[in-house]
Amino acid sequence: MTDRPLRLAVRPRDPAVKLAQPTPARLRRRWLLAGFAAVLLAAVAGLALGPVSLPPGSVAAEVLNLIPGVHLDSGLTPHEVAIVTELRLPRVVLGLLVGAMLALAGGCYQGVFRNPLADPYLLGAAAGAGLGATMAIVLRGAVDGDATNRLPGTVPLAAFAGALGAVVLAYLIGAVGGRDRGPGTLILAGVAVASFLTALQTYLLQRNVETIREVYSWLLGRLATPGWHDPRLLLPYAVVTAVVVLLHGRELDVLSVGDEEAAALGLHPQRSRYLLLAAASLGTAAAVAVSGLIGFVGLVVPHIVRLLAGASYRIILPLSMLFGAAFLALADLAARTVAAPAEIPIGVITAFLGAPFFVLVLRTTRARPT
Amino acid sequence: MSAIVEVANLRVDLGGARILAGVDLTVATGEWVTVIGPNGAGKSTLLRAIGGLVPFTGSISLAGTPITRLKRRERARLVASVAQQPVVPPGMTVLDYVLLGRTPYIPPLGRESAADLAVVYEALSGLNLTRFAGRELGTLSGGERQRVFLARALAQGATLLLLDEPTSALDIGHQQEVLELVDALRVERGLTVLTTMHDLSVAGEYADRLVLLADGQVAAVGSPREVLTEEVLARHYRARVRVVDGEHGPLVVPVRP
Repeated sequence: MTDRPLRLAVRPRDPAVKLAQPTPARLRRRWLLAGFAAVLLAAVAGLALGPVSLPPGSVAAEVLNLIPGVHLDSGLTPHEVAIVTELRLPRVVLGLLVGAMLALAGGCYQGVFRNPLADPYLLGAAAGAGLGATMAIVLRGAVDGDATNRLPGTVPLAAFAGALGAVVLAYLIGAVGGRDRGPGTLILAGVAVASFLTALQTYLLQRNVETIREVYSWLLGRLATPGWHDPRLLLPYAVVTAVVVLLHGRELDVLSVGDEEAAALGLHPQRSRYLLLAAASLGTAAAVAVSGLIGFVGLVVPHIVRLLAGASYRIILPLSMLFGAAFLALADLAARTVAAPAEIPIGVITAFLGAPFFVLVLRTTRARPT
Repeated sequence: MSAIVEVANLRVDLGGARILAGVDLTVATGEWVTVIGPNGAGKSTLLRAIGGLVPFTGSISLAGTPITRLKRRERARLVASVAQQPVVPPGMTVLDYVLLGRTPYIPPLGRESAADLAVVYEALSGLNLTRFAGRELGTLSGGERQRVFLARALAQGATLLLLDEPTSALDIGHQQEVLELVDALRVERGLTVLTTMHDLSVAGEYADRLVLLADGQVAAVGSPREVLTEEVLARHYRARVRVVDGEHGPLVVPVRP
């Protein structure tokens, strides 16, 4: 056999050809800078704009003053300083954190399930949180006889437990359905769990119509935070989620060739998937607990990032965090200023701004030669 | 020559059905062995079992070590598989895709080194793919894609190449191109090639030995001349064929009954 002439010899490397770089190495730095700039811009805008508009430079100076040892003269009155640091800053930080979590979890879910329609609520986290919050609001009304009497902490706690409980339930059902059937079974289990929990929640609501307004307002999502309580609550979960998920960007790239090929490349796809889902679900549950159900961020931000910056999860995940954070902070700014003094539910804003923007990105990137 | 693959009394059940039963197979280092057989005979499953991707009973050893004792990453450094229809991840560039072949060498949670990249560039240039490195895999033609799949397998640095129907999606010209390439790589890098194939003439032209699977069992093993006979093929394929002598092996021509 070896006496045959080789029509195609193995060719030596051509030194004249400029070597291409892996997508993460090629794009990462430029886009990370853009992401941080977006976060900064959104934060300053969120702090400066509102019923009382303040000069962005002064606002930035006041934020720097929070760093121990820094004393800059911002020229703001004590009242204005209080507006920036005590009213707006916690809310902006909360918006950044929630947006980062939802977008990161969405990107992670899309990678784990290899499904572009996946979002952080795919496994029932939203329905579980909704049921938990509804139960807390209804029970509180029953105990106090006054649903407006705030018991801080019970609704977020119940929402958190509900969201995690729903995801765990979906896992268990998916596992019964067959470990070897891949991610499809898990998605179906999530859909089933979500329907079931939503039905329960609807029933509860029907039986307690007096709470509809409060439940409904919770479901639409809001970032009205009393001081630093909510950001502090979310921060530890956000850190854990971000560290675990960001470290697994390369594994998500490997998973994109399918479970069997990933296993042939030396990975444990099932193990990676469960770990990533656990981390992403934890962050989602914590975000939902403090902010209600804010849609669209988790679905669309990772897609926009993918279209703009490339398909590697080593880029998609960190950039989703940054742009998700900036996007939600800006959406919250719109929510509280567009119809001031009334607030528009932030979920309405995210969809209202996000959908056209997504279409725009889709149209402009389609024209790019692929 | 030492055996790189030793399969003894292999049984595979999938979804309650017996796919393989009592399969014995030895592949020597540097050999090209092609598994043939009718649809549903268990060809792909045999390759997947040797790749460690399906549960089995019996024994499979790679380079003398039972596959069950190899860690996944160790196994992935010994065996590289190209599936019949590999998944093409949307938006992924050729370079990023071939880089996935370095996964068994990159520490968990780590990133690729300059040495990993060097191996990838070498695989790309070896398969004449350097100019496609920045292109999206999904935009390549079938023949180009097949070369990219091969490049990923080469980047894996494994000595055993498992190719499941490597030419099923290709026209006759690209079939020859890819198979010549595989053979050239085999000779140059001392690889062992285990592949499945439907085209019997082509299978016989390239393989040192053929393994005929039928109903999950080995029905015949031997040189192409020993296996590709009119009687054997009539019995196991229920096909009427004429076998004629070709330059590089017997040629199987279907004849209308």
